[in-house]
Amino acid sequence: MKAAVIVFPGSNCDRDIAVALEACMGHAPAMVWHRDSELPDVDLIALPGGFSYGDYLRSGAMAVHSPAMREVVARAERGVAVLGICNGFQVLTESGLLPGALMRNRDLRFVCRDVWVRVETTDSVFTTGLQKGECMRFPVAHNDGSYFVDDTTLATLQDADRIAFRYVTPDGQVTDDANPNGSRAGIAGVLGPSRNVLGMMPHPERLVDEAQGGTDGRRFFEGLLNALETAR
Amino acid sequence: MMKAKVHITLKTGVLDPQGKAISHALDSLGFDGIEDVRQGKYIEIRLAETDAETARSKVEAMCSRLLANPVIENYSIELE
Repeated sequence: MKAAVIVFPGSNCDRDIAVALEACMGHAPAMVWHRDSELPDVDLIALPGGFSYGDYLRSGAMAVHSPAMREVVARAERGVAVLGICNGFQVLTESGLLPGALMRNRDLRFVCRDVWVRVETTDSVFTTGLQKGECMRFPVAHNDGSYFVDDTTLATLQDADRIAFRYVTPDGQVTDDANPNGSRAGIAGVLGPSRNVLGMMPHPERLVDEAQGGTDGRRFFEGLLNALETAR
Repeated sequence: MMKAKVHITLKTGVLDPQGKAISHALDSLGFDGIEDVRQGKYIEIRLAETDAETARSKVEAMCSRLLANPVIENYSIELE
């Protein structure tokens, strides 16, 4: 089981993901600088949170054209699992690997707090280790997290069971108040058409140890790594 | 040399909370009769190019590959 974390100038959760992956895998992932056009042979590629290229133009827009991302897109198209968290999710929508776009939060405020999300599908390596309908607590920290898709794409996502997580109340209800950023249909995480790409705004890597105040993130990573190990 | 002026605007139906906030601010300054405000981007590009058609097709490519996100934005190009 091998993983790589892509590091862009302005990434700031790359070490958090590396620590989370190492805690769950037993060894460190490869850290790949954005200028590298060659990626090691890995089972999982993680795109970290942060502000790649200072969020210039649009969040994630510049990162898409880095040499490392060109290779990530090629690997994703060959079926390698790609996980984008926060800015990583923005990079994935900008690259076209995921539909939709992440826009300024509904209330025009940077949102930094824990949220509850409900697992909407277990049909992916990312969520097969979880229970459908279960609620998990993850932190969010973003300014541009309002997920937008048009009506047709939203229907496609629903019909194909590609919504991975929705923002909910602690008891699992999708409400406006539970939605921290105004995302359409309360979408917090979405899968690509081949189900090997997941983008999510919440940060599971920030809750992988009791010392961080919770371990829901650890369960997420353990489920993912187990699924990838089994699929090898 | 040519100058391309690119206006990038949000598509109809895409929420624009910043435009809404600007509209409220103008309203509270006493400007009445504002029906709607939408915020966009303006980008100026100087091109070492003399042929308008070539310049336009270059800027079109720039817009579709980087400057605008077709999921949420429209763009228009003016050349001078």
